[in-house]
Amino acid sequence: MFAVFAVRGLRDRSNPKRLGNAVFWGLMALSFLGGDRIGDLGNGMIVIALAVLAGAGALGRGRQVVDREAQQAAAARHGNWLFAAALIIPAVALIGTFALPGSGLVDPKQVTLVSLGLGVVIAFAVCLAWLRPRPLESLEGGRSMIDSVGWAAALPQALAALGAVFALAGVGAVVGGLIAPMLPHGVRLAAVIAYTVGMAGFTMVLGNAFAAFPVMTAAIGLPILVNGLGGNPAPICALGMLSGFCGTLMTPMAANFNIVPATLLELDDRYGVIKAQFMTALPILAVNTALMDWLAFR
Amino acid sequence: MLTLIGIAVIVVGFALRLNPLAVVVAAGLATGVAAGLSPLAVVAALGKAFNTNRYVSVIWVVLPVIGLLERHGLQERARGLIAGIGAATPGRLLTVYLVFRQITAALGLIAIAGQAQTIRPLVAPMAEAAAERQRPLTGADRQRLRAMAAATDNVGVFFGEDIFLAVASILLIKGFLEVNGIVVSPFGLSVWAIPTAIAALLVHGFRLWRLDRSFK
Repeated sequence: MFAVFAVRGLRDRSNPKRLGNAVFWGLMALSFLGGDRIGDLGNGMIVIALAVLAGAGALGRGRQVVDREAQQAAAARHGNWLFAAALIIPAVALIGTFALPGSGLVDPKQVTLVSLGLGVVIAFAVCLAWLRPRPLESLEGGRSMIDSVGWAAALPQALAALGAVFALAGVGAVVGGLIAPMLPHGVRLAAVIAYTVGMAGFTMVLGNAFAAFPVMTAAIGLPILVNGLGGNPAPICALGMLSGFCGTLMTPMAANFNIVPATLLELDDRYGVIKAQFMTALPILAVNTALMDWLAFR
Repeated sequence: MLTLIGIAVIVVGFALRLNPLAVVVAAGLATGVAAGLSPLAVVAALGKAFNTNRYVSVIWVVLPVIGLLERHGLQERARGLIAGIGAATPGRLLTVYLVFRQITAALGLIAIAGQAQTIRPLVAPMAEAAAERQRPLTGADRQRLRAMAAATDNVGVFFGEDIFLAVASILLIKGFLEVNGIVVSPFGLSVWAIPTAIAALLVHGFRLWRLDRSFK
């Protein structure tokens, strides 16, 4: 993992134009490189500082000059070998995922991420040797991309942290206490809908099905569907989580899936990806609800 | 009751269009304090979880390589390749990608493709090139195609990964049920993701077919 973090840290500190960006990415690099050594409170301070910087609008993006003609000329010159270079990353990730676990060198749970990091290092080395970019050019392209993503790059981590605080504070029990009295007693479909739609809705608020799952399952899934109506816990939980994923497709809070791609693809509408996903997510949510009602109570 | 204040903070913060990162951290602080924890304990809890979840941000390491290749014409080349294939339509291209993404995700290969790794440099330009063969594209067409390419990646991963035994969501369910005295095997959970995966393929595949019709 540390090779990955080192590469990332190096890139994060790569000469940003503005002070706000420099501090923001510097703090991210600090979190990645030294997060295990500075203690929980130190990490918490980093989180607060990142939020204040983002909230104060301290992040900007530099003007990016794209030379399309030069790009087209380069495309003609390098031909399909450009694909080969781009595919090094997934190919190494794929091979590493299967080959590395037997070696005993890395933690099996992290093997795909380690392989991904390895792929990046190899691909980068190949590109440097083959394309011979000017020294700063190599980092400049990645930097302008990460600057256009901006604060959203840190949002997924912050949401995971929010879920942890919610669990610590016992939000699930409170939500369950509110919803349970509203359900008609013994009407199964109503309870199933409350759970699946509740998972989707809560995921939309939290931006993360992982954070919504413990809350909604402690509130409705276990006490009503499993213990009250005798449902099979495995399909209830699996379909509940998938209902949460439907919510993930419909919320700007899931920034890494919905907002970041919109900026990466230079869409004018930052909600464009969410709008494209709406009409896929809603039918799947309905299917999940029907499947749960059908499969979990046999 | 007061512990729900975090949800209120998120909803209000979003309605006011404040910066989401700041809103999320504020919601965490408010929830912790409302639940009777000391402010320093809340900050420490936030920091601990932020630190243990660093792996979700590792994906950004691919950006320098993609950026460098794009400067040397990767996107143009992707467009050129698709423009030369007769049968390629944006809908067919994205359907093939959807199936590829669902199958690889079901095998646990989630990080091998993605928005930064494959959609921006390869799939989105290819979809645009395929559509361009059928009729000239307006700016709005391009935006729609790119958004659909990004959506296809998300749908493929979300409704493929849960079939894999060792994915985070399956492990989370297993852990949660164990704490509550119910023992299930990861396989016993992941089989229930298969019907939804098929439904996702049908629903999104139908929408991609409709996308193609709009370019005829």
